[in-house]
Amino acid sequence: MKRMNYYLQVLTVIGINIILAVSLNLVSGFTGQLSLGHATFMGIGAYTATLLALKLHVPFIPSLIFGAAMAAFFGFIIGVPTLRLKGDYLAIATLGFGEIMKNILLNLKITGGPMGLRGIPKVTNIYIVAAAVVVVIFTLNRIMISRVGKSFIAIREDELAAEAMGINTTNYKILAFTIGAFYAGIAGGLFAFLFRYINPNNFGFMKSIEILCMVVLGGMGNTAGAILGAALLTVLPEFLRSVSPLISQYRMVFYGLLLVVMMIVRPQGLLSNTSFYFRRISVEKNAGKGGR
Amino acid sequence: MALLEGKNLTMIFGGLAALDSVDINIEKGEVLSLIGPNGAGKTTLFNLITGVYSPTKGSISFKQKEIKNLKPYDITRMGIARTFQNIRLFGEMSVLDNVIIGQHCRTRTGVFGAILRTSAVKSEEKKVRDRAMEILNFVGLDREAEEKAKNLPYGKQRRLELARALATDPDLMLLDEPAAGMNPQETNELIGLIDRLNDMGKTVLLIEHDMKLVMGISQRIMVLDYGKKIADGPPEKIRNDEKVIRAYLGERSRKEVRAC
Amino acid sequence: MFFQQFFAQVMNGLTLGSTYALIALGYTMVYGILELINFAHSEIYMTGAFVGLIMVTVYKLPFAAALLAGMAGSCILGVIIEKIAYRPLRKATRIAPLISAIGVSIFLQNAALLVFGPQARAFPANFSAAALNFGFVQISSLQLLILVISVLLMIGLHLLIHRTKIGQAMRATAQDKETAQLMGIRIDRVISFTFAIGSALGGAAGVLVGVYFNSADPMMGFFPGLKGFVAAVLGGIGNIPGAMVGGLILGLAEVFGAVYMSQYKDAIAFAVLILILLFKPTGLMGRRIQEKV
Ligand SMILES: Nc1ncnc2c1ncn2[C@@H]1O[C@H](COP(=O)(O)OP(=O)(O)O)[C@@H](O)[C@H]1O
Ligand SMILES: [Mg+2]
Repeated sequence: MKRMNYYLQVLTVIGINIILAVSLNLVSGFTGQLSLGHATFMGIGAYTATLLALKLHVPFIPSLIFGAAMAAFFGFIIGVPTLRLKGDYLAIATLGFGEIMKNILLNLKITGGPMGLRGIPKVTNIYIVAAAVVVVIFTLNRIMISRVGKSFIAIREDELAAEAMGINTTNYKILAFTIGAFYAGIAGGLFAFLFRYINPNNFGFMKSIEILCMVVLGGMGNTAGAILGAALLTVLPEFLRSVSPLISQYRMVFYGLLLVVMMIVRPQGLLSNTSFYFRRISVEKNAGKGGR
Repeated sequence: MALLEGKNLTMIFGGLAALDSVDINIEKGEVLSLIGPNGAGKTTLFNLITGVYSPTKGSISFKQKEIKNLKPYDITRMGIARTFQNIRLFGEMSVLDNVIIGQHCRTRTGVFGAILRTSAVKSEEKKVRDRAMEILNFVGLDREAEEKAKNLPYGKQRRLELARALATDPDLMLLDEPAAGMNPQETNELIGLIDRLNDMGKTVLLIEHDMKLVMGISQRIMVLDYGKKIADGPPEKIRNDEKVIRAYLGERSRKEVRAC
Repeated sequence: MFFQQFFAQVMNGLTLGSTYALIALGYTMVYGILELINFAHSEIYMTGAFVGLIMVTVYKLPFAAALLAGMAGSCILGVIIEKIAYRPLRKATRIAPLISAIGVSIFLQNAALLVFGPQARAFPANFSAAALNFGFVQISSLQLLILVISVLLMIGLHLLIHRTKIGQAMRATAQDKETAQLMGIRIDRVISFTFAIGSALGGAAGVLVGVYFNSADPMMGFFPGLKGFVAAVLGGIGNIPGAMVGGLILGLAEVFGAVYMSQYKDAIAFAVLILILLFKPTGLMGRRIQEKV
């Protein structure tokens, strides 16, 4: 029974990480904008949802959604100045924003400072997470097969050509970033109501890097890959910890190496980059004589 | 009334004038060719018209509206489309998706529509796909619809660029060296294609080095040299213009031009 | 009295700012040539501090030798990073070298954490500051040392870039890689050289800051790295005099800003970044570069 609970717990965490990975994949994999602060948006979702539930006794689902909306709002605020430009300012801005946010959380009274917030009711369970994963992937997939999703990919492929096709690239980049932050906010809320205790370090730079590793490992621009990456990088540390607690000290060293090696040796990730929604399109009958 | 009117266009890059006080008029329905040696400023003129750069000096009006300070996506929406000299397709996307993206500015599905997939969204999607196939058919790429754009051979990539530009439903098409890298047969097909575009009512501004193509297809030719306009007129006149021959074609090519 | 305090703050700002400027130069030089944010630059800086520290504590070398050793260590590290982690990705998508850079940064930071432990190491006492009296203003000898060395290094860089052949090659490569290559410039060597110089300057900053705050630790690169980048953007990324000016302004802004909100000292740089991106994305001295189409 205890073992069973442990497995369920790991599975639940995998689900939360899947939401984080597929949402970062939307920003970095599909739209091509590197974000180094995805965990920050998770944190905003977690803190907002928790405070609503603890202080204002708002029910779980509205708290969760409001937390996600708050994360999206911050995503938008950060995205507007940084995504107007070509180049890689988003990476630095998200990095800086993450640190500022941590600073604020550490200093504010209402967020409990470094102690964080305790006594959150345990609401999140495997069923709720599974449902959330399904909703997130379903909606994300709908977006990606639509005009909006194709515009995201076009921006990644060639920003200038995308503009020449009439795509307002700034707005679409901000849109992708905001949606990504929204999903991360959901994951944060689920996280808070699972572990019942949050503090600023849960949502720091290292967590952001961990999420990035999931996406890179599975394959950038590939939802199935992000899912695989999330599962692998959730289970692997658990497994290694059971082998030797020492190894977990080397975890970040390994993550660093992983990013470099994957970029050089297999940038498309473990799964090749024909993601499933591409295949879905080609099955549809209208796709032309050449369709398989 | 001219469809597009550029006045006194000047573009300076770090002290060097890539374009120097150039006037350009494009009449509705014509095929106007832009020729000149490498580095003459032809592509720069395209970049000014499509809003990629904003001119150091001068003004551009399209359909009687000033477009100098508009963004490229606004200009595309107003009805100007272009191809790129150094092909800029969406390489990882399918040929079909490239053309579907081309219709971006003529469609409207947003995030919520995409998630709900209302019947309006579905019907828009179907219309877009049908139109894309029609365009691919038109340029002769229908059988490659499902291939990744980057896997197409060079000549077909050029045609896909043209298809994608056509998909934006433009009134004016700017084609930057569309025949570059094509074999003679492909070039001939391209000439047919441009003719048919013109018959469909599209106004075309064409940059091309292939003299046979230019002389055969253009109603008018404009010549740039070192950023300055040195001639503007019907092909017969340009062919015999001493200034053009001297500046652009050099002694050896003179016979070539006369020959065609 | 007020003047004395004000002057002391200015000196603090300039000292801090000159180290930001040294770091910013590394970012700006690399960005100018590769259009890559070299995230590993913070760890190159940290490495400089540790090499300097080891030279002083283990080998009992004098400061000048430690500084040179720190610069040399960072320089070698920078060149190796470029060769291994960036060069294979020259033709890859834009995001790939960026991810590789962040990977190198994470790797080095945590490798240092394993080797040196998380606690800060102190430089020996004979490096502490003496106060120099100039009439009614006081300057610490360390501040003066840092300022003088920074200025000398920047003058050296200026001469290198404008008076030597390799400097000319660097400028040409930054302007147009293809054309430079056609002119017979060996791009790979120029890029290696750029990393070497930029990293050496970063390493110098590491040693100077290590001595100034009398400590070095594996995470020490994080904020100075971020701020060095902000300084580079503030001055106009890719613009070398801009990086110097940006560093000094940021240092002053931070010191005077901290008077009012010391808790959020590190947020000042970030606020500066957002303001610059909003109102003058080309930076104070940057010229608009048009992507060739
Ligand atoms: N973005 C740019 N930055 C600097 N110089 C440029 C840029 N774009 C074009 N040029 C320069 O302007 C001149 C004209 O270029 P271009 O318009 O491409 O010529 P063409 O298309 O006629 O061959 C060339 O000397 C070229 O190097
Ligand atoms: Mg050209």
